[in-house]
Amino acid sequence: MNEPLLRVEGLRTRFETRGGVLHPVDDVDFDIRRGETFTLLGESGCGKSMTALSIMRLIPAPAGRIVAGRVLLGGEDLLSLPEAAMRRVRGKRVAMIFQEPMTSLNPVLTIGEQIAESVRRHRGLKGAAATRVVLELLDAVGIADPEQRQREYPHQLSGGMKQRVMIAIALAGEPDLLIADEPTTALDVTIQAQVLALLRRLQRERGMAILLITHDLGVVSEMADQVAVMYAGQIVEQSARAPFFAAPGHPYSRKLFESLPEIEKRAQPLAVIPGAVPSLARAFTACRFADRCDFAWQTCREVVPRWIRVSDAQAARCHLLDAEAIQQAPEHAPRPPAHLAQRQRTPAPVAPLLEVDGLKVHFPIRHGLLKRTVGQVYAVDDVSFAIGRGRTFALVGESGCGKTTIGKSILQLIRPTAGSVRFDGEELTTLHGERLRRRRSDFQIIFQDPFSSMNPRMLVGDIVEEGMRALGLEPDPARRRARVEALLDQVGLPRDALRRYPHEFSGGQRQRICIARALAVNPRLLVCDEPTSALDISVQAQILNLLQRLQDEMGLSYLFITHNLSVVAYLADEVAVMYLGRIVEHGTVDEVLGNPRHPYTQALLSAIPVIDPSARREVIRLEGDLPSPARPPSGCHFHIRCPHATPQCRTHYPAVTRLGASHTVRCFLYEADDAAEAGC
Amino acid sequence: MIRLWFGGLVVGAWLLLACAGLILPLRPDEVDLARILAGPGDGSWLGYDDLGRPLWDRVAVGARYSFFVAFFVVLISAGAGTLIGAVSAYLGGWIDHATTRVIDVFLAFPGILLAIALAGVLGAGINNVVIALAVVGWVGFARLARAQVLSLKDREHVQAAVALGASRTRIVVRHLLPLITAPLIVEATFGVAGVVIAEAGLSFLGLGIQPPTPSWGSMIRDSGRYMLVSPHMVLVPGVALMLVVLAVNLLGDHLRDRLDVRLAERDRP
Repeated sequence: MNEPLLRVEGLRTRFETRGGVLHPVDDVDFDIRRGETFTLLGESGCGKSMTALSIMRLIPAPAGRIVAGRVLLGGEDLLSLPEAAMRRVRGKRVAMIFQEPMTSLNPVLTIGEQIAESVRRHRGLKGAAATRVVLELLDAVGIADPEQRQREYPHQLSGGMKQRVMIAIALAGEPDLLIADEPTTALDVTIQAQVLALLRRLQRERGMAILLITHDLGVVSEMADQVAVMYAGQIVEQSARAPFFAAPGHPYSRKLFESLPEIEKRAQPLAVIPGAVPSLARAFTACRFADRCDFAWQTCREVVPRWIRVSDAQAARCHLLDAEAIQQAPEHAPRPPAHLAQRQRTPAPVAPLLEVDGLKVHFPIRHGLLKRTVGQVYAVDDVSFAIGRGRTFALVGESGCGKTTIGKSILQLIRPTAGSVRFDGEELTTLHGERLRRRRSDFQIIFQDPFSSMNPRMLVGDIVEEGMRALGLEPDPARRRARVEALLDQVGLPRDALRRYPHEFSGGQRQRICIARALAVNPRLLVCDEPTSALDISVQAQILNLLQRLQDEMGLSYLFITHNLSVVAYLADEVAVMYLGRIVEHGTVDEVLGNPRHPYTQALLSAIPVIDPSARREVIRLEGDLPSPARPPSGCHFHIRCPHATPQCRTHYPAVTRLGASHTVRCFLYEADDAAEAGC
Repeated sequence: MIRLWFGGLVVGAWLLLACAGLILPLRPDEVDLARILAGPGDGSWLGYDDLGRPLWDRVAVGARYSFFVAFFVVLISAGAGTLIGAVSAYLGGWIDHATTRVIDVFLAFPGILLAIALAGVLGAGINNVVIALAVVGWVGFARLARAQVLSLKDREHVQAAVALGASRTRIVVRHLLPLITAPLIVEATFGVAGVVIAEAGLSFLGLGIQPPTPSWGSMIRDSGRYMLVSPHMVLVPGVALMLVVLAVNLLGDHLRDRLDVRLAERDRP
């Protein structure tokens, strides 16, 4: 009875590259009904974006070509339409938004003009009528003061606002289907929560279907009606939301859940998927996941699995679910789980390894011909903390809060404006030149993007031994080589990696090379600046396990800089939450994440999409964006977004209030209690 | 593809001529009064000039001088320019400010005018031509190297090297210079064409290579007076000059496209 809005049948897209012919979309089928949200979940390179582009017929030609299948929109096959007719479909009946709102908008046109272009094209309105629709659209996507905003240029808007403008452009044609390709991946969690809520509201109001492409299980659980899991160019599982989250059918889906870092998994290594995604250049004659599957047996390596219905609402391509096939399985007992030894948490020691006291980093804003200083960016403003030996300290905050600057100024890559950084009792801020260089072997850094942090013209062997050579730690070349090989073993890379270039490796492997390079100089402190946020979930699990193991073996201390609170929950001992250059809350992981007290921490925690769909929780929605650190609001920086703000918050910055043995917060809500207790 | 073949062929011939000129029995200065202004044929296949000297021999020897000048000028100006530009950008601060001002001053003059002035002051002669052109030439390389280093020096792999305790010299030599070679090689190729023209120009004005030593520029100058009587005299060195400059430019284009594609592919994560 319910005719699908979009039906994709046997879609196959091929790509010709130097390396051969790839099939990033290989026989994909699915239906999307009116008004529902269909999520396509998968890791990078699985073909989910290519599927969306194929539906829109936006595959870059001539390298890419759709070679088979049908895409039926309301019964009409889009693949057989002439290009001119297809242009009327794009934007009008099917609209698309992309991951990077920054690059999707034209920088030289006002946003009003860009929305109006779409309104004129798809609704045939002109002049004042078009302007009225533009204002309505801006209002619909929750942009305050649309009259004023429509005259602004993209660079005047924040990332979240730009994504709202992109959505407004997409809505201009009143589409039946909105394709959203990772729409919130580039945004902070509090902004992500805003945009997801907006998409849900618009869908409810307009009855539009959404094809949501994402790699984030949390987003799926928040948004989806239907879930499809994609792996190596094919959908391997399709299900309604509830059964999928209750019991994922395909072993790959299960692995994705198991490799998520969570607080409950603290004491054990995360599950990992061995090996790598198979090359899409080969023709598959068996299960694509067989080589990496814990349960695979002979049949899996010889026969392509059929779709097996688990229930009315769930189906997967897996021999495990096939009653016939499974009889041929020799005892398909799952392999014994990997070593799950309980980790011994290092107790807080007496003398900390690193002490940061009153750290300030201000960047001058220079302007005009004479480069006069006209203002300051208060990137880091009076931050103090300490990291114990063998402990993991996490700095959490949204982009622009100054957490990366803290990491770099501890390493003296950026010189602090004021304050002190003491490493093992020695003041680093006053060290210069040769004496600082000698000291550098003690503290190392791992960056977010492992590729840009390696010299692309150097061999991996040279990259790893760079530190030893620069500091003259191991003058003998043979011994140095041996040490590099030992390091590669330690981080789990093959020894022949030595003579290869960084671009020959995958993201996770590149991050391992960076870790090996840092370890080569025997550091005691490792600053990890978002080391896993550029990586897929299963690869993230591998890197987190590696970092855990190295800490156990070598007693390293970590300063872990991240925006991902579940990684913090899994990995860290202590955590500090930053907002606009200051630490607003600080304590052990249990204290801060279990019992958040600062309104910002509470909002941050509530904004994270949770996996468990039964726990529908109250989201504390923060309005607006992070203010500019060049003009921080007066008083408490957070007061303009804070639901509990009082007049006092506007004028004074709250002092540190101690809530427990190690739990501190900077908020007036608790200052009174503290004073009262002190009075007793 | 045609660019590569044509460019390679002509440049190859130029190099061959420049080297072979040392062994071949060339007689560029032998005057044969009977054959003054004689056209091609009969003894010399390109004809004779106003003093009865064989044009083929003179063009071949001229190739050697133009190559010699081009090679050394580009070598010196690319080396010095790259080093100055890279170091200035890496160190930053007032050193960079000063260097930028110097570069701006050089760029404010048309290069050839400055070279003429310098050649005039230094006096004629092949060594002075090299010096004059190198003094003008380093600016382009310095500007390019500086821009490249500015975009690279805050990259994370450089920061990682600083964090590993690498010295400044090591960072410039190992992490910056290797990454800026591709655009500099392209610039150098175009530089060769420019220098060949500039050397011909200086010699044409009488500030370069002195008679009786043959140079393409001075050959063109001397032939101007006989253009109507015996056009082969201006055509021979003129066409040689044109072919070499065209070929070098085509090779430079080819190299630029190739290196660009490679870079784009390699940098993609």
